[in-house]
Amino acid sequence: MRRLRLIVQIVFTVLTNGYAYGFASGRIYQGKLKYACVPGLNCYSCPGAAASCPMGALQALLNQKGFHIPFAALGFFFLFGSLLGRFVCGWLCPFGLVQDLLHRIPVFRKRKNLPLHRILKYGKYVVLFGLVGVGSLFLFGGFAKAPAFCKYLCPSGTLFGAIPLLGKNEALRGQIGWLFLWKLGILLFIVILSVKVYRPFCQYLCPLGAIYGWFNRFSLVRIQWEEETCISCGACEKACPVGLSLQEISRSPECIRCGRCVENCPKKCLRFIVGN
Amino acid sequence: MRFWKNSKQAAWLWGILAGIVFLGIGVAEGQFAVIWRKATMICMECIGIG
Repeated sequence: MRRLRLIVQIVFTVLTNGYAYGFASGRIYQGKLKYACVPGLNCYSCPGAAASCPMGALQALLNQKGFHIPFAALGFFFLFGSLLGRFVCGWLCPFGLVQDLLHRIPVFRKRKNLPLHRILKYGKYVVLFGLVGVGSLFLFGGFAKAPAFCKYLCPSGTLFGAIPLLGKNEALRGQIGWLFLWKLGILLFIVILSVKVYRPFCQYLCPLGAIYGWFNRFSLVRIQWEEETCISCGACEKACPVGLSLQEISRSPECIRCGRCVENCPKKCLRFIVGN
Repeated sequence: MRFWKNSKQAAWLWGILAGIVFLGIGVAEGQFAVIWRKATMICMECIGIG
């Protein structure tokens, strides 16, 4: 299961960022696929990005003159969320893959969560309502609205967008200022923290995870627990990388459906199901 | 009662339907063009320059 997930993550990342000419030329793809959004956090300014980032799309719609309900972005969230929930985070998000790989580096004693996890886990909701919602609508940009989450926080944009583009584009390099350094600092902090703690950005800061988490309790793809055959050995709880209890697995907004619990259950009473 | 129970079991289906309706409204309001315009130009904010 673990190997399968890694293969799916790599294949999906390559497919959604497969515009190789963009990396070679320092330009971004401008075709019709960018009308649509990918399910995971995937910066549309990545030179290889073949489609749009749902969080960027949401902010682009909120940044319009006047207030418009961002139906197109909501449509993608409802579609992906109802089908997959946070399965998107566990299996289809490029930045999730980066954090997974970093966590495999065998240095530091590994931790599932940060201290004060019970409070810090609400950080992603603060980011969603504060930076993505209120920030994009009213603050930071003055009269010209700005995508506050992308501008001030998103490490995916720095890693997949800024670094490859700046590497190839001298004119852009000349414009680097304090904002880029701030974002680079955030990226470095998350990279180092990911080696120690499992997916810190997903657990504490990702607004997309906050949205998909809401769909976890009723999405089409779920993890089912057969209580009758369970021997309460605790193997699933021990294996869960984000430290969920048996009752929380799959239904909790924190569950990214990585499948470690399914893989480690000796009685096979946990399994992925599609539908009811 | 039975309809309500079935509806709750198939909440994902209602979610998908809502998603399709929202996407349809998005198309009608031209929101996809807004997304496309933003996604096909280098987003200076996203890369930490703008």
